[in-house]
Amino acid sequence: MTHALSVENLEKKYANGLLALKGISLAVEEGDFFALLGRNGAGKSTAIGIICGLVNKTAGSVRIFDVDIDEDFPRARSLLGVVPQEFNFSVFETPLQIVMNQAGYYGIPRRVAEERAERYLAQLDLWDKRNGVSRELSGGMKRRLMIARALMHEPRLLILDEPTAGVDIEIRRSMWEFLRRINEQGTSIILTTHYLEEAESLCRNIAIIEAGEVVENTSTRQLLSTLQREVYILDLEDPLTELPEFGRGRWRLTGPTTLEVDISREQGLNGVFRQLNANAIRVQSMRNKSNRLEQLFLDRVDRRGTE
Amino acid sequence: MSAESVRIAYFTIVTKEVTRFLRIWQQTLLPPVITTSLYFVIFGNLIGPRIGDMEGFRYIDFIVPGLILMAVITNSYANVSSSFFSAKFQRSIEEIQVSPTPEWVILLGYVTGGMARGLLVGVVVSVVAMLFSGLTVHSFPVMLSVILLTAMLFALGGFLNGLFARKFDDVSIVPTFILTPLTYLGGVFYSINLLPPFWQAVSHGNPILYMINGFRYGFLGISDIDLGLSYAIIIAFAVALFWINLRLLKTGYGIRT
Ligand SMILES: Nc1ncnc2c1ncn2[C@@H]1O[C@H](COP(=O)(O)OP(=O)(O)OP(=O)(O)O)[C@@H](O)[C@H]1O
Ligand SMILES: [Mg+2]
Repeated sequence: MTHALSVENLEKKYANGLLALKGISLAVEEGDFFALLGRNGAGKSTAIGIICGLVNKTAGSVRIFDVDIDEDFPRARSLLGVVPQEFNFSVFETPLQIVMNQAGYYGIPRRVAEERAERYLAQLDLWDKRNGVSRELSGGMKRRLMIARALMHEPRLLILDEPTAGVDIEIRRSMWEFLRRINEQGTSIILTTHYLEEAESLCRNIAIIEAGEVVENTSTRQLLSTLQREVYILDLEDPLTELPEFGRGRWRLTGPTTLEVDISREQGLNGVFRQLNANAIRVQSMRNKSNRLEQLFLDRVDRRGTE
Repeated sequence: MSAESVRIAYFTIVTKEVTRFLRIWQQTLLPPVITTSLYFVIFGNLIGPRIGDMEGFRYIDFIVPGLILMAVITNSYANVSSSFFSAKFQRSIEEIQVSPTPEWVILLGYVTGGMARGLLVGVVVSVVAMLFSGLTVHSFPVMLSVILLTAMLFALGGFLNGLFARKFDDVSIVPTFILTPLTYLGGVFYSINLLPPFWQAVSHGNPILYMINGFRYGFLGISDIDLGLSYAIIIAFAVALFWINLRLLKTGYGIRT
């Protein structure tokens, strides 16, 4: 099996002495849709920066479709497309200029570039905006522009660093659709995200980076099954003065009409409603309290602590 | 990258650079033309006649080559330093960095862009100069080669400045405190033969003196300096700067963390 990306013992020490990556190893198979999760500052963007040549590595190796970036960087780069976390195009140029220039840097002839520019700008809903100043695009449009830009040389591996940050739900879903489609057409994709549902809905495999180390590297299904508990908030119709008898342990009364409950995967929700019904507590609405991703990180830390 | 791809990448950078300075022509092309025209009016029409001849030429004719070259120097330098710095600042330089474009092509692309602006300003200023002086050319090859080499040299200097700059102020420090004084003291307005021996010797340490004299030779056929020495110095500086810039680009100085 060819690896779209293979990273070994990658280490990064920044000039200020900070050890952002402590020797991570990762392998992403060709055709995969792979999520890189991790809290703020975990080292995701640093790793991506090294892979695409914006950050000097301290140690380790990176291979893109078996091309070592130290041996043949130009070849490795032409196989790779990147959508960075921060906007990094000239705000004075138009979307069309931006994608056309990008094609130029990859040595793509103008005629081919024009066709692709139209295709990708149209697919990302930016064709109408092609001649406007890119400074005036909305945040979501700017992100889509960076995706179109990264596709101009039709890379075999596309890496997206938080592509849906600050993008509304509707556009996010259409971006998901788009990414799914190009993945089906054969592009391997790696993305970082702070939304578990994004990784859940798109990605087959997930790695978690924490403080510069890979602490989890498994299939999405496997990882979600380790999600041990979730916290739900229940809004009640009638106020309660104290926590009912059954509620010891995993229930908390956080306001006169709000109850919180920890629910583990084995327990499921039926038991909770049985108890509520038995006590004639009527629930108006219910929502998930925790960021499930955060919960996943916490669970993992808990498990590590007990190991 | 294949030769054809390299060619495409190079022209992409050049076109982008030229488009940039043409788009903001009010900041890039107009000011040097206004400044230089003022020099022509003041020294050509108002004060020049009172100064009399310099090295056998009317004063205005003597200073025109230096003024043109000064405009070329300033603009070649400023174009590259500010464009490259702002690409760094906006991080749009990353677009090129992640691509397979080799470093030497990036450098040449920016330098060509700077030369294009320097030369365009040079041409416009020359046209204006014709209104004030009987601009004659003694040796077209010398004039052309000196101006091309000088534009390249200062475009390379501007690139180095762009690599080192961390804030916008850093882009104007070198022109203000180094380039402008060296140009003024490099004999734009006078022949160094007017200076006492000591200051003549000091002036020989100023590289811009060699360029101005080389360029003036192209127009008037006179020079305070040996022409061969002028070429040698310009080329030596250009080669050194090219090499330094390329080394820094390869190690990622100022653009990779
Ligand atoms: N240029 C830099 N110089 C010094 N330290 C840096 C630099 N860039 C990042 N860091 C540090 O390296 C660590 C990893 O940062 P990185 O940007 O890779 O995290 P991340 O996982 O992408 O986080 P986020 O989810 O917030 O984007 C952080 O502690 C950060 O402060
Ligand atoms: Mg990041």
